[in-house]
Amino acid sequence: MQKVESHSRASTISELQVRARRLRLHVLRMAERVGQGYVGQGLDIADLLAVLYFHEIRYDPHRLDWPDRDRFVLSTGHYSIGLYAALAEAGVIPLDELDTYGADGSRLEMSGSEFTPGFEMTGGSLGQGLSQAVGMALGLHLDGRDARVFNLLSDGELQEGATWEAAMAGAYYRLDSLFAFIDCNNQQADGPPRQVMAVEPVDEKWAAFGWDTQRINGNDIEAIVTAIDAAKTVNGRPHAIVMDTLMGKGVRLFEQREKAHFIRVGPDEWDLARQQLEAS
Amino acid sequence: MATTTNPSPGVTGTLLSSDTAGATATAAAPFGHALVRAGERNTRIVGLTADLGKYTDIHVFAERFPERFFQIGMAEQNLIGVAAGLARTGFIPFATTYCVFATRRAYDFIAIGAALGKTNVKIIAGLPGLTTGYGGTHQGIEDLALMRAMPNVVVIDPCDATEIAQAVEAIADYDGPVYMRVLRGQVPIVLDPTAYRFDLGKAKLLRDGRDVALISTGLMTGRALEAAAQLADGGIQAAVLHVSTLKPFDRDAVLSLVGRVNTVVTAENHVITGGLASAVADAAIDAGLSVRLKRVGIPDCFCESGSIPYLVKRYRMDAESIAEAARAVAGGR
Ligand SMILES: Cc1ncc(C[n+]2csc(CCOP(=O)(O)OP(=O)(O)O)c2C)c(N)n1
Ligand SMILES: [Mg+2]
Repeated sequence: MQKVESHSRASTISELQVRARRLRLHVLRMAERVGQGYVGQGLDIADLLAVLYFHEIRYDPHRLDWPDRDRFVLSTGHYSIGLYAALAEAGVIPLDELDTYGADGSRLEMSGSEFTPGFEMTGGSLGQGLSQAVGMALGLHLDGRDARVFNLLSDGELQEGATWEAAMAGAYYRLDSLFAFIDCNNQQADGPPRQVMAVEPVDEKWAAFGWDTQRINGNDIEAIVTAIDAAKTVNGRPHAIVMDTLMGKGVRLFEQREKAHFIRVGPDEWDLARQQLEAS
Repeated sequence: MATTTNPSPGVTGTLLSSDTAGATATAAAPFGHALVRAGERNTRIVGLTADLGKYTDIHVFAERFPERFFQIGMAEQNLIGVAAGLARTGFIPFATTYCVFATRRAYDFIAIGAALGKTNVKIIAGLPGLTTGYGGTHQGIEDLALMRAMPNVVVIDPCDATEIAQAVEAIADYDGPVYMRVLRGQVPIVLDPTAYRFDLGKAKLLRDGRDVALISTGLMTGRALEAAAQLADGGIQAAVLHVSTLKPFDRDAVLSLVGRVNTVVTAENHVITGGLASAVADAAIDAGLSVRLKRVGIPDCFCESGSIPYLVKRYRMDAESIAEAARAVAGGR
């Protein structure tokens, strides 16, 4: 099997920061067309996606079905605005297509699915991603491939029982090729988790389930890179990287605004948002 | 899903949207307000949700009766289990989530926690059929079939704000498990609140006609009434029978209409298998009646994402499609 590595691991932190800013600009571009959406999530997760897609994940944008590729499993379908940005930046989907986000007939659905290139599964019915990630890690291992599986979960998804069923299985099968990133953006549909159903202490829960666990600032690119490197030195256990993030990260207007799962943005606010992002 | 770089004007709406296209009057959060009224009358009523309080209108009840409201977090199986436990201690729980998550994720919990022993749990489920643009994960297209198939459960698909309000009262008084779809946000008023009377288990003839029988449920009844008006302009007299309680099914009402008008169109905001059309066909066959039947509803597929008007047209769920089906079936006599 030929090894293809589209992006070298030589990306520097500052290069990754430039990528992350570009991802955020793509997010604004998509959301502006629609006037609403999961802008907060797209911005909060851009740093992780920049690290994964431009530093860590082995995949070939021109051969998405390469069997030895690392899998990025997006459990949270509504975060797909962030993944579309990464896939467009990586050349998997044309940049121009970003303008169709959420439009009738577009493959860039507001809640993403496996019909979009680069998506390994359909997320959005939350709490299903980690189980499928466990299955992928088992399958890849059975086939003797050293590909890894990276799953993105949200803090809201920690309330679904299935998440913990999968966590137990990941530890039981000692899946050290499995990485779970938990986006603790302190938000879910009805408000912050502490007012909906307490999820903390998140890191202690993963550790208690037998996972190699770290907790980091998920909007610090250097911290993300360091955490992944540290995780890779731990054998025999799956890896949980709990990330505290800020919704709307990079755009002060959105960072400070009343926090909401789904935000509406006035037509006059986009220029300001872009200026703030560029100044950040 | 087509590849396109030319966006059409329609855009997938928010999770908050109800389809109010063409509605002349609407009411805000009819379910939430009706539950508050029921809760004022009966202190045993409690509310629960799985991180969808704002999105199912039960936040209205939560604000009025915070001590009788339980936020369960995004955990639908636990939602139903906890509701069943409350019912077993004598409370009347109204538990809300979306149709898909209630039926797909928590089905076993409903079967064993609520249905098997006729435990008094009310499941209130949002985003029925094509009332969300979010595709296969969010569109509840087969929930009625699943819930009809489960013994002991009353299944209701109300038409509008008027009926939602009346049905909440009725199911609060009924002792047993209920699955009810709900429309949220600004909900159209189709039925005149002073004239219409919801009776649990009863279908209502909203309009009589001798040429074709339109039998509809849920929000499709609004479109069936529009279709009947269109058909009348073309000289076809259509009856409209609204079947909001799918289980128990009002066989008598259906058979008495179908017995005299045997050209039938069913219309449901659901796949055409296992829901209203199947119930009508079962009733007719059991009674030995032969009918000409056309089914308007979602075909056997998961639907696309997109704006609701786009989806309604794309899957031929509009009034025009009902009228067309009626012309086809009536013309073929
Ligand atoms: C199984 C399931 N239950 C409920 C929902 C509805 N829902 C969509 S997003 C969401 C909030 C989930 O929390 P999180 O992902 O942390 O939200 P965010 O940080 O994006 O605000 C809910 C309840 C869903 N999509 N899937
Ligand atoms: Mg969150």
